[in-house]
Amino acid sequence: MTGGAQIAEMARPRIEAMAEGLSTARWTLTEVAFWLVPVACFFLLSDYLVLGSQILITALFALSLDLVLGYAGVVSLGHAAFFGLGAYTAGLLGRHGWGEPLSGLLLAAAVAALAGWLTSFLVVRGRDLTRLMVTLGIGLLFFEAANKAAFVTGGVDGLSGVTMWKLFGVFRFDLGGKTAYAYSLVVLFVAFVFARRLVASPFGLSLRAVRENATRMPALGASVRSRLVIAYTIGAALAGIAGALLAQTTQFVGLDSLGFQRSAELVVMLVLGGAGRLYGAVIGTALFMIAQDWLSGLNPVYWQFWIGLLLVVIVLFARGGILGVADQAMAAWRRKAEP
Amino acid sequence: MKRLFLAATLLAAAPLFAQEPLKIGVIAPFSGPFADYGRQFEGGIKAFMKVNGDTIAGRKVEILYRDTTGPNPEIAKRFAQELVTRDKVDFLAGFGLTPEALAVADVATEAKKPMIVMNAASSIVTTKSPYIVRFSMTLQQVSAPMGAWAAKNGIKKAYTLVSDYAPGIDSETGFKNAFTAAGGTVADSIRVPLRNPDFAPYLQRVKDAKPDAVFVFLPAGEQGIAFMKGFQERGLAQAGIKVIATGDITDDHVIDAMGDVALGMITTFHYSAAHESPENQAFLKAFAEVAADKGRPNFMAVGGYDGMAGIYEVTKKLGGKIDGDKAMEAFKGLKLASPRGAIAIDPATRDIVQTVYVRKVEKRGASYYNVEFDRIADVKDPGKP
Amino acid sequence: MIANFIGVLFDGIAYGSLLFLISIGLSVTLGLMNFVNLAHGAFAMLGGYVCVMLMTRWGVPFLATLPIAFIATATVGAVLERTLYRRLYKASHLDQVLFSIGLTFMAIAAATYAWGPSQQPVRLPDLLRGQVEVFGLQLGTYRLFLVAVVVAITFALAWLMEKTRFGAQVRSAVDDADVANGVGINVNLIFSLMFALGTGLAGLGGALGIDVLGLDPTFPLKYMVYFLLVVAVGGAGTIRGPLVAALVLGIFDVAGKYYVPQVGAFIIYTLMVLLLIAFPAGLYGRRA
Repeated sequence: MTGGAQIAEMARPRIEAMAEGLSTARWTLTEVAFWLVPVACFFLLSDYLVLGSQILITALFALSLDLVLGYAGVVSLGHAAFFGLGAYTAGLLGRHGWGEPLSGLLLAAAVAALAGWLTSFLVVRGRDLTRLMVTLGIGLLFFEAANKAAFVTGGVDGLSGVTMWKLFGVFRFDLGGKTAYAYSLVVLFVAFVFARRLVASPFGLSLRAVRENATRMPALGASVRSRLVIAYTIGAALAGIAGALLAQTTQFVGLDSLGFQRSAELVVMLVLGGAGRLYGAVIGTALFMIAQDWLSGLNPVYWQFWIGLLLVVIVLFARGGILGVADQAMAAWRRKAEP
Repeated sequence: MKRLFLAATLLAAAPLFAQEPLKIGVIAPFSGPFADYGRQFEGGIKAFMKVNGDTIAGRKVEILYRDTTGPNPEIAKRFAQELVTRDKVDFLAGFGLTPEALAVADVATEAKKPMIVMNAASSIVTTKSPYIVRFSMTLQQVSAPMGAWAAKNGIKKAYTLVSDYAPGIDSETGFKNAFTAAGGTVADSIRVPLRNPDFAPYLQRVKDAKPDAVFVFLPAGEQGIAFMKGFQERGLAQAGIKVIATGDITDDHVIDAMGDVALGMITTFHYSAAHESPENQAFLKAFAEVAADKGRPNFMAVGGYDGMAGIYEVTKKLGGKIDGDKAMEAFKGLKLASPRGAIAIDPATRDIVQTVYVRKVEKRGASYYNVEFDRIADVKDPGKP
Repeated sequence: MIANFIGVLFDGIAYGSLLFLISIGLSVTLGLMNFVNLAHGAFAMLGGYVCVMLMTRWGVPFLATLPIAFIATATVGAVLERTLYRRLYKASHLDQVLFSIGLTFMAIAAATYAWGPSQQPVRLPDLLRGQVEVFGLQLGTYRLFLVAVVVAITFALAWLMEKTRFGAQVRSAVDDADVANGVGINVNLIFSLMFALGTGLAGLGGALGIDVLGLDPTFPLKYMVYFLLVVAVGGAGTIRGPLVAALVLGIFDVAGKYYVPQVGAFIIYTLMVLLLIAFPAGLYGRRA
């Protein structure tokens, strides 16, 4: 657990700043500029909107994992369970005559939250390895269950025939992906604002304190557990929304949406960007997926090799991912600038 | 890849004229656990173009490969959308896995693009869009003939053992229906989990039931090998039980890794590299020249080859001007001399009609082959009414 | 009926033995050294390839390849421990997970490059194939062999850890590295040797397992669940825990599949979740 403490150590200046209640409420210029990028992409890169919408959806999924892993410190290798659950909820609604997107999202969030809440009691017990195995096991059980229930889910063939109504009764989900992109961007932004408030709230701060001290102070007992339960449930709900978005924008749900591959890749994306920082989830996902789209044509075998190498390098030399390295570089630059 | 794409965008901007390339987007996994699917398609496509040239009806043929990295329906759909809107392809092709084909079906319908399925073998695929045509097979198309053949050849009581997922269940249904219709009885049916390292308990159940034969559908690779090893170790053959299966388990591409355990297995399938015909000789020769690194071609390479043949035929018929609806009319009733034998496209379902062969695994030199010894001609997909 | 039951029980024990063999190396690195080494499967795969290459290219007999597989992977493990792993002993489990998953990806890519993506043919000597009759029961020869190997390894490890000086040093190094250092134990060396032992056992398990599990470059990910399962359920800190866990899981899985095949895939995962709820630290785990 020392590494967790180290991350917390690195985050301490920011935590203290937040505790003073200043920098959090206000949006910095960098942040505003950051969010203008995807808006600009909508107008400038209209040929790439389908890829763009899938990046945004995966970013939301990564954000949900960040709450669980980065903030609550629960190492999960089965987060796709909630993503898939949300996807199937929205997909089944669309298939059986209810194609209204927004209510589909909400219901998917509710179903995923319920599953997250129920399973959280199994997850918060035990140490890292036990949690890892329990999340992995729950993910595999969901996968097998969806495969078995082929009469509902379509099994390994996937759930097709998902019909979506127009968004707000106006915007059709088009082949070029315009509606899908705008829709995903707005949902991601709303979820991000929510998460941003959450981690800056007293609850978010206590979560970080728990992560820092969970192993040292088991005496905190029930309150630690209930905080982890809440964080895990919220993470599950957001993952469910991401899954529902994917189901609605692709009008198809595959069994792979519950797969281990998806959970594992997500962890990689999050760590690449920097866990425990909300922007890390977004940046890591975007870089990973753009690189994958560009490079996979060259030689897929090497792609896997480079991803592996990247992970090893991040762990050994660049803890905190891209944003962590950027932070350290900034700090070093400032120290130099003000002698 | 990137260069192809660049060329594609540049050309898309140019005004339409007769010499504009005929673009075919091939969507399949080229990496990940199903990488062989894409590699076999690619080999088959290249082999066809080696034999038949890269120009048809005055248009140069350009293939745009897109790697879905595994069973990944949303990426397949994204590629289809991009190929249609950005690259302006004339045909969508490939589709190794059923979920990827199903996810793209809507795109084909909306964009009115012919979609050439080169493998995805669930019966329902062609029903999902009027623009889908299939050049591979369906699972029931090859498992039902096994049921009929077994009942006719002295097998009264059979046991079925299939992987517990849609292709396994499709095969089980096809075999059971045909077998019982021909007077056989099915003792019991087991469905094995997809991740299953040990077949001991299942094999013991089969042995206890004392059937004449066990019908098997398992994904090619370690599952098939593990099953056959267990089958021999446990002495089921000595107990008088035969193994019958569809050709997936003794796929040309993996059969050498199975080795001796596969000897004598009887399977039904639509293609074997050992098929004797001038078309197959030409295909094998071309494949070896353009895709030496891909090993022995299997049924997916033939799917890629025949899919290309279909595209060439239709493009010729339409004089190089591809219109989705007209192309689909041209596909209906199409007849080709394939490396696997004569094939045709059923005008009613746009699905393939072909000969299914009964084969036995034999050793020739250092390699193992499925040698055909019986055949059932003109088999349609039994999964469709 | 009774004969049936004994047959199923034997198959369960044999399957459990296989599970134990492929995860025994991990019980050393994870169980004793507390390093979450998800690259365990990559070492097992290496052992498998060493075994297959020796057999097919140089005609080395199967039994003779086993010690070579052990030594080869132990050497690779020791080199990696010296250069990379030791930097992460004190890191968080998350870092260890990420690092070792990264190594696994690289190993998969390297294996694909070196040996191609397809299954490797594995052929056992005739001596180990087929069935033998024991007290009127037909038992698989290779299965009996696996059970015997498990018994041998268990005793050898127990002797090593409990009766030798090395074992005593390991126990004190694992309990408190600083104190051990203080009393003059070369903790660095001890950890290197332990890690080499763990990876060597992984390679041995891989070589023994490939006849049943097959061998291709996706091996490390495909079976990751199984060996993690055994160690997590068994608990850290002992060899006995994983052994008992492997046998329990093996027997229940085989019996479940034989008597109620309809629920096939669920048995092992459900059992795992239930056991982990009942024993969060594993069957024989030290309470955290």
